Amino acid sequence: MSETVRRKGKVGYLLLAPAALWLVLFFVIPFYSLVATSLFDQGGSDFRGYQMTYAFGNYVDVVQEYAGPFGRSLLYGAIATAFCLVLGYVLAYAIAFKAGRWKNLMLVLVIAPFFTSFLVRTLSWKLILADDGFIVNTLQTLQVLGDDGRLLATPIAVVAGLTYNFLPFMVLPLYASIDKIDHRLIEASSDLYANPFVGFFKVTWPLSLPGVVSGTLLTFIPAVGDYINAQFLGSTNERVIGNVIQAQFTDANNYPVASALSVLLMVLILAMVLVYVRRAGTEDLL
Amino acid sequence: MSQLAEDVAARAASDPTYDGLRLSGLTKSFGGGFTAVDALDLDVPKGSFFALLGPSGCGKTTTLRMVAGLETPTSGSIVLGGNDITYAKPYRRPVNTVFQSYALFPHLDIFENVAFGLRRRKSAQVKEKVEQMLELVELTEQSRKKPAQLSGGQQQRVALARALINEPEVLLLDEPLGALDLKLRRAMQIEIKRIQTEVQQTFIHVTHDQEEAMTMADTVAVMNAGVIEQMGAPAELYENPRSTFVANFLGQSNLISGTVVSRAADVVTVEMHGIQVSVPTGRTHVDGDQGWVGIRPEKVLLGEPGEQLDAPGNTIPGGVITDVSFVGVSTQYLVRMPWGQELQIFEQNTGRRRMFASGEKVELSWRPEYAFLLDQSQDATAGAQRDGQ
Repeated sequence: MSETVRRKGKVGYLLLAPAALWLVLFFVIPFYSLVATSLFDQGGSDFRGYQMTYAFGNYVDVVQEYAGPFGRSLLYGAIATAFCLVLGYVLAYAIAFKAGRWKNLMLVLVIAPFFTSFLVRTLSWKLILADDGFIVNTLQTLQVLGDDGRLLATPIAVVAGLTYNFLPFMVLPLYASIDKIDHRLIEASSDLYANPFVGFFKVTWPLSLPGVVSGTLLTFIPAVGDYINAQFLGSTNERVIGNVIQAQFTDANNYPVASALSVLLMVLILAMVLVYVRRAGTEDLL
Repeated sequence: MSQLAEDVAARAASDPTYDGLRLSGLTKSFGGGFTAVDALDLDVPKGSFFALLGPSGCGKTTTLRMVAGLETPTSGSIVLGGNDITYAKPYRRPVNTVFQSYALFPHLDIFENVAFGLRRRKSAQVKEKVEQMLELVELTEQSRKKPAQLSGGQQQRVALARALINEPEVLLLDEPLGALDLKLRRAMQIEIKRIQTEVQQTFIHVTHDQEEAMTMADTVAVMNAGVIEQMGAPAELYENPRSTFVANFLGQSNLISGTVVSRAADVVTVEMHGIQVSVPTGRTHVDGDQGWVGIRPEKVLLGEPGEQLDAPGNTIPGGVITDVSFVGVSTQYLVRMPWGQELQIFEQNTGRRRMFASGEKVELSWRPEYAFLLDQSQDATAGAQRDGQ
């Protein structure tokens, strides 16, 4: 008995080994290096080399200088996540409960965009939102936009792009959760005097919360870190933290600042996610 | 059957202030031409414990779902206490259901599950009422647990409490004991019966288990292929079935082919395979002269050839025992008759009579008042297969 338990343990470790090795090589070591770099002396460069000076001041500098892009990243990410949740919930609900035999086809359509490149899809939004494109023209005709109003290079374009790009990450976990809900529970709620509206908020919504939590996380985390949408669909006024980090690494070659920004972003997201999961997890989740 | 429908229709017309539940001409057809419930007429008196009994697929659950409002009738009407609720939304009917799967809300604890209906109707004193109800079903200790932490029997009681607390005019029970093991099922049958006596509300219990229907209900309606075959008190249905389906579905019956040879005022004489037997007129349900003579296995006495038995009247000689099963309270015999048919006979194990062995020659005998006569146009094996239990 104890022999088999021990052997099972060994097999477990063996199965874990390849992924663990991979993560040590390509995550733990680079991460250590990233944190170390963030504490290097800013005076260094590629040619002269850097000195480890435990320059925690890097973080102070970074916060003072780049609070704007940080705030925008979080704001755009949060708004896009909210839009994704509303659009995605309705879509996932329709696929799970109303699609019937079209269910599988609709799920394929949800993930179909993944078959083309993220970059290409974002660039095509440039055409959709272009100044002489039909959306802008229509909005101008309807007087929603002024005659020289535009969508491209505005926060609206950035949020729209983010919402579009991350919608599938919201829909799939939501669908998985909603599809699992036993229809008889909804019948039971209507038998117990809940009209469809009340029944939704008392039964369907709470039972879909696991999908809501994982969907919002899968959308929010990459949306905050994303800079492609801001770069292609926004102007310099919509620069998000990802743009800054990229510029610091590749253009300014200021590795300590870029690293400090990266570490800060990571810690920030991690803290927010922990608080969120904690609150959602202890209250209404199963 | 048509007689029954006419009776109900006549009553419906003569009494517009009926305070029970009245189904008139209720029909439900599904796509593809399948009719689950066919012009059903049914009166359920207020305060009664009513059982709708039938094999799976007979339309009993569809009937129940129409009363609950979870299914819309194709035609016909549902009137409850004088109000037409045929097309009322389920959440606007004074009707609650105990679902077969219980359908307890997994994210709510037992207290909130039971309180659900009260909270929706903004009822006062929710806490007191729920506590009282949990006491009735003996679940006070479990009130803060989630449904998944409860045993099957406890979940069943939560489902019952959750429906009952709303004091519905009609409580619908959809095979509520189907998922429980035999012992627990027996206990719950008594429990539900006790609660019904206590609360005095109308219960409609749907089941395919004839024993369950007979133990619990004061009125049983036997349903088959979308229509009611026969309705009445359990003993009445059992002792005087009107169709082969009821004779076979409720307990077991020996059905022997026979021809009516003479009819007197109170007795009909039937010849079956050369032997004349008599059946009381009130127990004959034949259109023509061809019939099935029916007798319950426990009503038949077994004796040696020529032995004087306590049942003068119908004596059938020439049987040979082909199988003996001793089951404790009784011994079950199979007896092959001269015309080739095997009859089933249950002898109570009183200890006063000896057991017969396989191969022995025997004589059968029964009192005329126990026999019944059914129409030969009906299938003698209808309702005999009661599987899925």
